[in-house]
Amino acid sequence: MKYYRTHVLVCTDPECRAKGAYEIMDALQDELVAQGLIDEIQVLETPRIGDCDQGPELLVYPDAVHYANLTPDDIPYIVEEHFLKGRIAQKFVVQETAAADEELRAPTPKEVRVVLRNCGKIDPENIEDYIAEDGYMALAKVMTEMTPEQVIDEVGRSGLRGRGGAGFPAAKKWQLCRQVADNPKYIICNADEGDPGAFMNRRVLEGDPHSVIEGMIIAAYAIGASQGYIYCRAEYPIAVRTLRIAIQQAREMGFLGKNIFESDFSFDLEVRVGAGAFVCGEETALIASIEGRRGEPRPRPPFPAQKGVWGKPTSNNNVETYANVPQIILKGASWFASMGTEKSKGTKTFALAGDLKHTGLIEVPLGITLREIVYEVGGGIKDDKGFKAIQTGGPMGGCLPAEYLDMPVDYESLAAAGSMMGSGGMVVMDEETCMVDIARFFMEFTQDESCGKCTPCRVGTRRLLEILERICNGEGQDGDIELLEKLSQEIRTNSLCGLGQGAPNPVISTLKHFRHEYEAHIYEHRCPAKVCKALIRYEILPEFCTGCTVCARNCPVNAISGERRQTHHIDPDVCVRCGICMQVCNFNAIVIR
Amino acid sequence: MLKLNERPIPANDPIANPEQKMLIDQILEANKHTPGATMVILNELQSKIGFVSEAMQQYVAEQLHVPLSRVHGVISFYSFFTTSPRGRHTIKFCMGTACYVGGMPQLIEKAKQVLGIEPGQTTPDGNITLEVCRCVGACSQAPVLVLDETIAGRVRPNKLPQLIRPLQEDGKAKE
Repeated sequence: MKYYRTHVLVCTDPECRAKGAYEIMDALQDELVAQGLIDEIQVLETPRIGDCDQGPELLVYPDAVHYANLTPDDIPYIVEEHFLKGRIAQKFVVQETAAADEELRAPTPKEVRVVLRNCGKIDPENIEDYIAEDGYMALAKVMTEMTPEQVIDEVGRSGLRGRGGAGFPAAKKWQLCRQVADNPKYIICNADEGDPGAFMNRRVLEGDPHSVIEGMIIAAYAIGASQGYIYCRAEYPIAVRTLRIAIQQAREMGFLGKNIFESDFSFDLEVRVGAGAFVCGEETALIASIEGRRGEPRPRPPFPAQKGVWGKPTSNNNVETYANVPQIILKGASWFASMGTEKSKGTKTFALAGDLKHTGLIEVPLGITLREIVYEVGGGIKDDKGFKAIQTGGPMGGCLPAEYLDMPVDYESLAAAGSMMGSGGMVVMDEETCMVDIARFFMEFTQDESCGKCTPCRVGTRRLLEILERICNGEGQDGDIELLEKLSQEIRTNSLCGLGQGAPNPVISTLKHFRHEYEAHIYEHRCPAKVCKALIRYEILPEFCTGCTVCARNCPVNAISGERRQTHHIDPDVCVRCGICMQVCNFNAIVIR
Repeated sequence: MLKLNERPIPANDPIANPEQKMLIDQILEANKHTPGATMVILNELQSKIGFVSEAMQQYVAEQLHVPLSRVHGVISFYSFFTTSPRGRHTIKFCMGTACYVGGMPQLIEKAKQVLGIEPGQTTPDGNITLEVCRCVGACSQAPVLVLDETIAGRVRPNKLPQLIRPLQEDGKAKE
């Protein structure tokens, strides 16, 4: 392993790339070559140093200095000052308070990093970085000291449950697949993270791909599988690239391929890329897609453990589940089981999004309350507005109101409250969110993503959407609420796969917790959150309007009239209620009635 | 009525273009024997050629010895595949939950005003295609646009025109 005295990590998240991270990297390389430092200082790509607000940004180790707001012109100065003269270039340093670096700084007190421990710290494209962090130690232990049964037993005692949403015990799944007397066996890593608002798996794949690969090799050994597939969605090109590099490196090191650790166990991995179909996150649909067919689910049984890819026994787990496995082997089942609740052990990553002060990735022990997540880890609601709902579990999950904030986050509690764990998206909504509109939004998503194979889902979601649309349009009818409830139940009980069964959840949960909003839309023709276009109108307050004409110039339909320095007026018949005028007005002169 | 495989191949089809035909053959040759080859090959074609025309589907079906219906079934099932060429540039609007809540509808409204086309359409000069896409996973930057390969986060409607302008000017330069 080549020795470098200093490592420079450049954030190449989508956000930072947009701000020119690659230009910064090029400038760094050029300058290091020019100064003759290229053999002493290594430049690495890493995802997410801070929250990318101040991108492009970079981190210098071992000094742990965080530079931000850089342009390529700043690079020669930094190289000369810091790398040549050893003085920190103070003017670009991000102060610790402003760093907002949730993943490299010590985690917030409520957090425990297991799956995310290496993300942003190591070079994902260099297997040696991972090995330096005890990488592939667990595999070595498994291959030299443990039988497959012992591996299954250890993971079983840890209490690890599927992190893809349903929460099926991982070891049990492996055991079922191992028992089937049919060969060859396959394992799959489900990296088709399609839930809107969820990006935990993307970060793990981009930041620490070897942890997933190591977990998969261990699982394959336990099951007796000879071939593995990582099914990654096409929307994550960087994850696909990182994975392919990592697999190649693992092969070169002998962790993948024939006779791993000179045993008679052989196993190899391949990345398969999806093509933009949400339903492929469902395991039987995913299998169909790997086989090169339309991603349509099929009834179970037979379960994939009996008949999966190419009709052979197949075990399928989520990215995060696999990433936990090496740590369980290394630190022991009791260490893992010491975190979490009685039935939900370990930690869980969540992607916090929505109207929060601090959005981004977190990893917390299961059993933490929603309130701790929203107010302590997430810093509370943006602009100090009121909390309205938290949406967990993606489009098949539900919206929970403030009464549930003290509920512990575990598989059973979330399901009992009418939501679900899902893969870990959490979207927090403030008081300016209309829950009927949110239900409509999710239904639009599931309706569009329904594969069309079974009628309850294909037709049912369409009908649900139509009813929700007419309620949002102010054309709701007496009896619509009851119709929504009845239809939801029917879709839930009669659909073939998880997508259809879960599709009505956003409707059921908003009806349960925010019924009054539906009633206001239908019976009073009023949208309490002032979102639904047909039920609101924009007005200009004469006492605040300065006649600056900004609103009129930005209006897409020319609905605003008025002379310069005169009070402007919005024509409600022309206005399409897009809200642009309100966003651009500098004087808060535009209100919604 | 002509059978499908007897239909004339349009002159501007990639199959009729020797350079692109070679690329198609390379992709087929490299992946033909992979188990589950259909998806792998179509994914490659989509990303290297930009779309998968009817003639291309026909050709893939012949080469893989599978019915055309099977290839077309895959094409029509997955949203990433397109059967006609897109604009030189693509602007995608992320419709993830965070982006939706963060004001994506207003942004789309503004883009329609600036470009005069709806999502799913291409400008008449063949320069820019507007698309609504699934969550791109940059939720902490919502609302997010993807301009070709680059992500632009926290976009406000009044900043949209200046984001689009370089793409528009590039189109004018190419004319």
